[in-house]
Amino acid sequence: MEQDTGPRLLVIVPAWNEQESLPRVLAELAAEAPAADVLVVNDGSTDDTAAVVRASHHAMLLDLPLNLGVGGAMRAGYRFALRNGYDRAVQVDADGQHDPVDIARVVAMLDEGANLAVGARFAGEGDYTARGPRRWAMSMLSFVISRIAKVRLTDTTSGFRACDRRGIELFAREYPAEYLGDTVESLVIASRAGLTIRQVGVRMRVRSAGTPSQSPGRAAIFLGRAALALLIAVTRPMSAPAHKDAS
Amino acid sequence: MSGYGFAIAASLGIVVFLVVLLRSRRVREKYAFIWIAVGIAVAILAAFPELMLGLTSLVGIQTPSNLLFSASLIVLLFVCIQLSVEVSGLEEETRTLAEEVALLRLDVERAAAAAGNPQPGPDASGPGSDASNR
Repeated sequence: MEQDTGPRLLVIVPAWNEQESLPRVLAELAAEAPAADVLVVNDGSTDDTAAVVRASHHAMLLDLPLNLGVGGAMRAGYRFALRNGYDRAVQVDADGQHDPVDIARVVAMLDEGANLAVGARFAGEGDYTARGPRRWAMSMLSFVISRIAKVRLTDTTSGFRACDRRGIELFAREYPAEYLGDTVESLVIASRAGLTIRQVGVRMRVRSAGTPSQSPGRAAIFLGRAALALLIAVTRPMSAPAHKDAS
Repeated sequence: MSGYGFAIAASLGIVVFLVVLLRSRRVREKYAFIWIAVGIAVAILAAFPELMLGLTSLVGIQTPSNLLFSASLIVLLFVCIQLSVEVSGLEEETRTLAEEVALLRLDVERAAAAAGNPQPGPDASGPGSDASNR
């Protein structure tokens, strides 16, 4: 146990019914981030996600007995990171839309002083686009959260992010299971707790399976729920411990 | 007159039913309390209907039945909100338990693997596992 070279990194992969795309993601993670430990959080999948992870010897499996949603899966992952003394954690989607090659770039932001680094889809790299009301909703979220975090964030719903020990401690305690809580509200929580947030452009790949919903009706509902989620996130009282350790 | 008698009997029946449920611990006091209070209030109003007339003119409503309807709607609304709050609390508790179960299971599996073959995989013996107190 003496080859402790640098900070220990944990890659958290929340997975819900991702047996198709997961093997490739795990193989890429093993290739691109060999020094990091990989933890797949199986969020109550009804397919063979758990078996796929057990079959790969590179990844650990955190097997949730129920489906908790992304927020629940992530908090479980951060609790694991906290209890096992990891210095940094990166979360990567299991559907293959995040390229493990970019992990190094996202984590590099932590070296530059960020507590939380977000891999953003609209920041120049790649060609991910959204249109119509969904785009308005995303711009609205970006605008408001950029004001709160005091840094320009263009992709607030990105699930590709890295955080340091402070972020792990915060998210192990508070990672909302609400709608959009895993992305938008967690950013608000982080900035209200005083974490430094930075973003870095990453390339997004087409999802291995399934497409995001783009119909106008759904997008309008998304806008409404996003606005509500944001309003609640900004106005809700913070839990005490987040402030106390500002020595 | 028999209408009032029926109302008294029904509300007292409800109170008795709730007490039975409470005694067999199938409902907790914090949920049963409001129904017992409503049952007793209805019984009192049925026994002394003049009270209802007095209340109605006091609040400024013309027909006593309207006061009754609006009051019952408000009570039901608050009970529904209380139940939503309780369900949310339960969901949060379930979530925490599910996370703990999964974490414990992983710990057990890793301990078993470590005991089975002493080859250190992704190791668990990190330095600062007692975080959150700085």
